[in-house]
Amino acid sequence: MTVSIETPRTLPQRRGVNWEKWGWIYMRASGVVLVVLIFGHLFVNLMVGEGVHAIDFAFVAGKWADPFWVVWDTLLLFLALIHGANGMRTIINDYAQKPGLRKVLSWALLGSTVVLLVLGALVIFTFDPCPAGSPADLLPSFCGDIN
Amino acid sequence: MSTATLEGQAAPTETVQSFTVTLIIRRFDPEVDSEPRWQDFDVELFATDRVLDALHKIKWEQDGSLTFRRSCAHGICGSDAMRINGRNRLACKTLIKDLDISKPIYVEAIKGLPLEKDLIVDMEPFFDAYKDVQPFLVSNTAPEKGKERFQSVADRERFDDTTKCILCAACTSSCPIFWTDGQYFGPAAIVNAHRFIFDSRDEASETRLDILNDKEGVWRCRTTFNCSEACPRGIQVTKAIAEVKQAIMRGKP
Repeated sequence: MTVSIETPRTLPQRRGVNWEKWGWIYMRASGVVLVVLIFGHLFVNLMVGEGVHAIDFAFVAGKWADPFWVVWDTLLLFLALIHGANGMRTIINDYAQKPGLRKVLSWALLGSTVVLLVLGALVIFTFDPCPAGSPADLLPSFCGDIN
Repeated sequence: MSTATLEGQAAPTETVQSFTVTLIIRRFDPEVDSEPRWQDFDVELFATDRVLDALHKIKWEQDGSLTFRRSCAHGICGSDAMRINGRNRLACKTLIKDLDISKPIYVEAIKGLPLEKDLIVDMEPFFDAYKDVQPFLVSNTAPEKGKERFQSVADRERFDDTTKCILCAACTSSCPIFWTDGQYFGPAAIVNAHRFIFDSRDEASETRLDILNDKEGVWRCRTTFNCSEACPRGIQVTKAIAEVKQAIMRGKP
């Protein structure tokens, strides 16, 4: 007697980008870069020179006068925020079991992430160390030379 | 008993010490209970007894309605995976002496699969995920006439670890991702896919990698290592999953 076995199912051709895979790779890649960025940030802000006591408005203004720190902080902002948001997304997928709730939370997460990214980028790129009309004692010392 | 004479010859003067052990078992009878309930039993046991022996004693001597699965009772069939003191183990491989018997031993069914009765869960969702990864050798070429398919020792070694799986579901039901919605393939299915993906004789690795590249596939794994810790066969489950992830990224095993 012969027995015929059904052919194992063949998969439909995969279409589009596999976001789950790229999300996973992003977490690993950004994680490695973030280790350098975050510890570099902490080291420079808290340990070099006067340490934590040096941090004031002038310290931040001085840092952002240097394009190197503008790039550093922009990278830090985008990599860390998207890394965190992607982590939150996986938690939502794991614990929000109702499809409606999952949708609402995911969109809320996306919205807040975009708002924070835009605000952060605006602060970094439109930062003015010497805003006109501010009391001079709050401004960094070099403001007098510019104005 | 046939061993009576042997025991007689040895004539041990001291008796083996036994202990009274309390087991608290999560009972559920779908015809009576609306919710599972905890019930405790006192059993006289030896240090060399296993949790399965305790369950047998309860079933045979105290409460015949206690329901659980077991077949071989020697850690091969994979029927009696259960949560013992909060950890997934095989009842037939967990010795009483390895547990702290000054406290009660908690026994409940494995999590994440529908509870049917007492320690029995519906294993169908688990086996569905297993079937989905095509856990059988697929080859389009015939072996040399009169010969078997050749495989070198090194090639066999490549997937040796994942051949040990007994499909007890201890890993899958210890996985927090599997607990959430049960859509994730689960460690056991990935382990069994790994067994064929890295088999040099198999020709359907790409299909399996495609299946596991799915939204509910390997990318849902959070490397919490619960599965590696739960496996009664000592399979490095998390490592196997990581190897499948690597293979998917490379596009080949």
